[in-house]
Amino acid sequence: MSNRNKRVEKALRAAFPASFPVLTGFFVLGLAYGLLMSSKGYGPLWILLYSSVCFCGSMQFAAIPFMIGEFRPLYVLLLSIMVNARHLFYGISMLEKYKGTGKLKPFLIYCMCDETFAINSSSSIPDDTDASFFYFFVTLFDWLYWIIAGVLGGLIGQLIKINTTGLDFALTALFVVLFIEQLKSRKNAICGVAGVVAAAAALFVFGGDKFVIPAMLVILAILLGGRKKLCD
Amino acid sequence: MRLNALQAVIIALMVALGTVLTRALPFVLFPEGKKKPQIISYLAGTIPAAMMGLLVVYCLKGISLKSSPYGVPELIAIAVTAGLHIWRKNVLLSIVAGTLLYMLLVQLVFV
Repeated sequence: MSNRNKRVEKALRAAFPASFPVLTGFFVLGLAYGLLMSSKGYGPLWILLYSSVCFCGSMQFAAIPFMIGEFRPLYVLLLSIMVNARHLFYGISMLEKYKGTGKLKPFLIYCMCDETFAINSSSSIPDDTDASFFYFFVTLFDWLYWIIAGVLGGLIGQLIKINTTGLDFALTALFVVLFIEQLKSRKNAICGVAGVVAAAAALFVFGGDKFVIPAMLVILAILLGGRKKLCD
Repeated sequence: MRLNALQAVIIALMVALGTVLTRALPFVLFPEGKKKPQIISYLAGTIPAAMMGLLVVYCLKGISLKSSPYGVPELIAIAVTAGLHIWRKNVLLSIVAGTLLYMLLVQLVFV
């Protein structure tokens, strides 16, 4: 086997355990999405279309009310840009890491959801592992988990007997763990705490539906304002 | 009432378009090979930690502090997840144990 194939295989082997927490979380959320979509009259094929082409969990949920009433495409577009605005920050952070990923890059960008960003931005990839393919496999796995879980939810409807209440905490736990991993350096610890404080304050003031963009602006202001101190 | 098929496809495309615009814009503005402003490099190094903090809060946005159980199950499960992670430094262990504990709490304890 060529050296390159070995590096790609290592990337595949490393990407699965790295993406495992997302499997748990997406399984529950995807299932819930599938159940909800089918209850509104959108079967497995519609779920397949939405989950594969849109691949943006929270906005897919937010779009459901607009799939059963009046047809308002422009409003949905604007809503999607606002709900997804946090991706702008992910893109800025991943400019360097996704550099040189070549043909894989459009897919990496198209499918850069919260969870994929969280894993790919935090993972330290060993020298003997192909970084581009590690990013690719994490992205691909997360995408597939989401699609498969959604379609399954649509197919089995109310047949599930297991009580999965609380299983989606896996995603919260994933972010908590990755947050702690960020706290190792002084600079990141300050940024991390700033993120929590800004988001909590914005949540308190603006409420659950509208706090993300104000929180991003406050974070941006803190990071820019503290630039001199953080760079020392 | 459900949208017709063409309308539902257009809604999917609008959702996707909004999403991809936000995901791709930084890569379009700062393509490979073009020198980035220093401020962007600085932000790239500081944003991930801040956004991880925001994502934790984002997951908790549905909690009500005014009605039972006041976010107590979340608080306990996050404390255990974090404590376990600082102690054992094993990502999967922290997540699986924290999630199982949370399920136990919301299904059996705080019902």
